[in-house]
Amino acid sequence: MNSKLQNLIVPLALLFAAVALPLLVPTYYVQLASKMLLMGMLAMALNLVVGFGGLVSLCHAAFFGLAGYVLALTSPESQAASIWLSLPITMAVCGLAAAIIGALSLRTKGIYFIMVTLAFGEMLFYLFHDTKIGGGSDGMYIYFKPDVLLGSTQLIDLDKPRTFYFVALGCVLLTVWLLRTLVNAPFGHALAAARDNERRSVSLGFPVFMVRLVAFVISGVLAGVAGYFSAAQFGFVAPQLLGWHLSATVLVMVVLGGMRSVTGPLIGAMVIIGLEEVLKSSTEHWKLIYGLIVIFIVFALPGGVQQLSSLIFGRKVDAPTPGTEVWKGARSMQPEAANV
Amino acid sequence: MNGLTFAVQLLNGVQYGLVLFLVASGLTLVFGILGVINLAHGAFYMLGAYLAYWIAAMTGSFWAALLGSVGISFVLGLALENVFIKRMYGRDHLAQVLLSFGMILVIDEVRQILFGKDVHSVAPPAWLSGSIKLTDVLSYPVYRLALCGFCLAMAIAIFYVIQRTRIGMVIRAGAENREMTRSLGIPFDTVNRFVFAGGIALAALGGAVVAPVSTVFPGMGDSMLILSFVVVVLGGIGSVSGAAIGALLIGLTDTFGKVFFPQISSILIYVLMAGILLWRPNGILGKREV
Repeated sequence: MNSKLQNLIVPLALLFAAVALPLLVPTYYVQLASKMLLMGMLAMALNLVVGFGGLVSLCHAAFFGLAGYVLALTSPESQAASIWLSLPITMAVCGLAAAIIGALSLRTKGIYFIMVTLAFGEMLFYLFHDTKIGGGSDGMYIYFKPDVLLGSTQLIDLDKPRTFYFVALGCVLLTVWLLRTLVNAPFGHALAAARDNERRSVSLGFPVFMVRLVAFVISGVLAGVAGYFSAAQFGFVAPQLLGWHLSATVLVMVVLGGMRSVTGPLIGAMVIIGLEEVLKSSTEHWKLIYGLIVIFIVFALPGGVQQLSSLIFGRKVDAPTPGTEVWKGARSMQPEAANV
Repeated sequence: MNGLTFAVQLLNGVQYGLVLFLVASGLTLVFGILGVINLAHGAFYMLGAYLAYWIAAMTGSFWAALLGSVGISFVLGLALENVFIKRMYGRDHLAQVLLSFGMILVIDEVRQILFGKDVHSVAPPAWLSGSIKLTDVLSYPVYRLALCGFCLAMAIAIFYVIQRTRIGMVIRAGAENREMTRSLGIPFDTVNRFVFAGGIALAALGGAVVAPVSTVFPGMGDSMLILSFVVVVLGGIGSVSGAAIGALLIGLTDTFGKVFFPQISSILIYVLMAGILLWRPNGILGKREV
């Protein structure tokens, strides 16, 4: 009973803090918090594939950036796009891209999968960088944030930073709910089973390829929704948004937050973006320190911040150390492992 | 397009492919033997080019630049293997991806501090700096020809070392079965260290030799990394012969793609990769699934 209450108190307190935050801090921090929420959504989306599927994808930034370009291209020159039209189109395009890339990439395993997703992500990057579809390397501006109209009345004004924050918060809560439901459903168990022992799952009759592909597409669509709102927030899209450096950064968020929890990557995103913000304002060569911190995380905190908190509070983490099982799975997929 | 232009483009494609092979062979060796995915490979290519520019500017000698750049990178590779990479052998690929991402950020910023972010060029040695006149309007730089010859010689040397020497035998044995090689008393940890450093040195060499024909700029590592990945995926992980085939395929596809389909040339190599993946998911010469 006591622990059940505890389990409820923490999320409720966090939710209360999240709702109260924009009323207490200056606009700049509200915008920063919105950015954190949307990156957290991207990280949670990626984690469905990486943490629960055991598939290290390096192309999720491409879905994120692609969504921004779809919004930019569906926005009329001198007026706002309608969210009822542009958001579904964005989701459909990202879902289609994820389905094609996923269907091709999932034919491969282990290191191959990482390299192939990286290459396909870069393909989309070069598509927007080298051709004139989206303004080339200069990118495109989105002059008006999407309209949320019902008939002719405006339901939500995305131009107001605080309103936008609540929309982002809503997206994050929906994502958490959706991912929780998926992970605890038979689908999620099948996905995790394929991660832990692919051969056994196949021999038990699980449609491993389809399960993984569906997870990849859902993850790509969620990444697209995050990218849609992110592009709307900043009013600008550039090819760099699709680049694999962003994909790798989001992976850092996932690992830092913890791969075995749905909300962990959200915390990882907040820590990383907060860190970037502090480093950028304090030193010109912030990437040097940032890179060293990433290396430190790999060696010192393979379990992410949850491990950090367990070090501080002396609480044992009951989840297995993330990575060990992925490694085992990856080993059994490697050709030479048969001899070892 | 007449025969001569075609021949020139063919030569360009082959030359591009040979440089790609130089860089990608280092990557595929590190994959195949150490089982480590190294995203920082492109960063070392970039670093090699900047080191070559730096040494050439100091000494005025192209050969000093080449040797210095490769030497420094090799030592750096030994040190990095000793400090970081050897702790990665038992870890999952995700940790390797993140470690090498962190390394890229550090290398990029160190480059920024040491050399700035300007675009540079390196002059080829005087006796290679002319060009051969083919027709009134068409000429071909001697250095590009020399580059072809040099890369070809390097490729033959790599194949010779791996296929015909004792060191190559140890490397092949290690790639086949790590534990067995170790239990036969072969100091595989040392072999690992030299393979990693050698891979890094090959990337740096690639960067240094192309410095005279293309410019030296900060982003050059990223595009090379992706291309080498595509080469390795096409050829099959750990297969040096596969990397050779993949590199020539990419070099020719990219060069002729730019000639015939300039709008979609940058997408073409990925279409090629997708096609090969449909046909053989483990690459042209990759091992079939066990």
